[in-house]
Amino acid sequence: MGKTFAKPRSLSDQYTHYCPGCTHGVIHRLVAETIDELDIMERTVGIAPVGCAVLAYNYFNCDFQEAAHGRAPAMATGIKRVRPDLVVFTYQGDGDLASIGMGEIVHAANRGEKFTVIFVNNAVYGMTGGQMAPTTMPGQRTTTSPFGRNVEEVGMPIKMAELLSALQTPAYISRQTVIDPKGIRKAKQAIRRAFEYQLAGRCFSLVELVSTCPTNWGMTPVEAVAWARDTLLPYYRLGDFKVPE
Amino acid sequence: MGKILMKGNEAIGEAAIRAGCLNYFAYPITPQSEVAEYLAKRMPEVGGVFLQGESEVAVGYMLFGAAGAGERVFTTSSSPGISLMSEAISYIAAAQLPVVFVNIMRGGPGLGGILPSQGDYFQATKGGGHGDYRLLVLAPASVQETAEMVMMAFPLAEKYRNPVMILGDGLIGQMMEPVEFPDHLRTAPSDKSSWATSGMATRGSGRRNLVKSLFLDPDALNNQNLLLKSKYDRMRCEEVRYEAYNLDGDYQVLIVSYGTMSRVCRTAVDNLKAQGMEVGLLRPQTLFPFPLEAVRTAAGRPSCKSVISIEMSMGQMVEDVERAVCGIRPVHWYGKCGGDVPTPEEVMEAVRDLMADGR
Repeated sequence: MGKTFAKPRSLSDQYTHYCPGCTHGVIHRLVAETIDELDIMERTVGIAPVGCAVLAYNYFNCDFQEAAHGRAPAMATGIKRVRPDLVVFTYQGDGDLASIGMGEIVHAANRGEKFTVIFVNNAVYGMTGGQMAPTTMPGQRTTTSPFGRNVEEVGMPIKMAELLSALQTPAYISRQTVIDPKGIRKAKQAIRRAFEYQLAGRCFSLVELVSTCPTNWGMTPVEAVAWARDTLLPYYRLGDFKVPE
Repeated sequence: MGKILMKGNEAIGEAAIRAGCLNYFAYPITPQSEVAEYLAKRMPEVGGVFLQGESEVAVGYMLFGAAGAGERVFTTSSSPGISLMSEAISYIAAAQLPVVFVNIMRGGPGLGGILPSQGDYFQATKGGGHGDYRLLVLAPASVQETAEMVMMAFPLAEKYRNPVMILGDGLIGQMMEPVEFPDHLRTAPSDKSSWATSGMATRGSGRRNLVKSLFLDPDALNNQNLLLKSKYDRMRCEEVRYEAYNLDGDYQVLIVSYGTMSRVCRTAVDNLKAQGMEVGLLRPQTLFPFPLEAVRTAAGRPSCKSVISIEMSMGQMVEDVERAVCGIRPVHWYGKCGGDVPTPEEVMEAVRDLMADGR
């Protein structure tokens, strides 16, 4: 009897540095499975962000570039414009994409750059130690919102999928979650679709993934999943916001 | 092909194409927007890539991505735009990517003005972005030399896997002069398969490439910086370029000047000679590496009483001239940086003052 479950070829053998209960590992696997299924590893270039996933290139088996904070969409633009035959994806967190990189993501989306964005939204800055992000929930305590996010001072959390869907050009904008098996299955489908649209020469595709950060939320992994379900998902609605006509 | 009359900015765009670079990302800024306007039409004709980015910040990383993927790429900008690209320049130097930057300098600081200046000497030669990195900086003094330096810049950037900057000024960009694009300066791109993220399939092996600048281990980062330093040291040995003018005679004063300013100084040297005063002119063509030994030797000539750095800034290159002269002669500065280029008469007066004072 052959193997029924194996590590994707596009993932390396390294142990990851991610915290217990972190969902980056799940998302890495979904991306790697997709790359395997589409048989594109040899022509894929990933772009790692600044954030917890900065070392993502250690865990994937394809070419990678490491971005400055927020600039991954500009780098992906550069790669894809000069080498349209490559498959390019960025892997970005919410501080990276929705704060410092807001300009780059909006314009790359609006130009219809033909790459795929994997956007991990866990409502907090992870690598720097749990500071407030543009996606932090009202009242959510972080190290830089110790009394809870005060929306009178810093506004409401940004819904990136909705914001980018307001643009006419992007092809595929979806928000999914990886906090439970059902969500993971749908997330996988969305990631696969995003890559397929890129391969078909359709423009910009982005999958936002509502995720957990037990360490910086100060919760156990189980508590974190419950908090994400009860607090994040009612605000960050799941589904496809934009699909190609 | 014979000479054609071209504006400096257009010659920059054409020179890059003739050098074999078909990828250009840029953001408009006076006084060099004509490069983008020229290439917006020209790149499609040659099957190249033209993209106007949303900001100089983004353009810097489009260059990073394209160069990281192994393709020749360049941009043009002017002073405030280069400030915005400086973050990317640091990353590009750190990741050892060959990218050509052209800075057509305008007056600063801040918005400054849109007229010619040489106020970005420090930014170009001493940093601009963070960390220990250097650019190879070429300083042309004519449209012809600009075209040739743009063409030379691509193989130089590839030789060192390091960004190269052409440091011109608004006058170079805006003036028209006859120009030709020497065929011998057209070069084939170097083999980048050992490091570029060109896709594993292009290498025909299972080895994947990483383009990165993060080294969390202190020894690894120190070693990386030593590796970068060894490249900059090699540039100091192999890439110094300068032009000597009237340095054979018994000059009393040595002028050090580059770019547009050096052309005015050349006229002043001729005029002073006609009046019986011998003045030497040394024109650095590379600002990094700076021609330290050539300046020291020229300053040490027995007839030479003093050295003056003449630049369209408030005294930036003069610090490198002082470093070169090592105190064997007094070093002075003359310059303006509001946008007016000093006239030959003003330069002559500055030199005569030195001679009269016996300084």
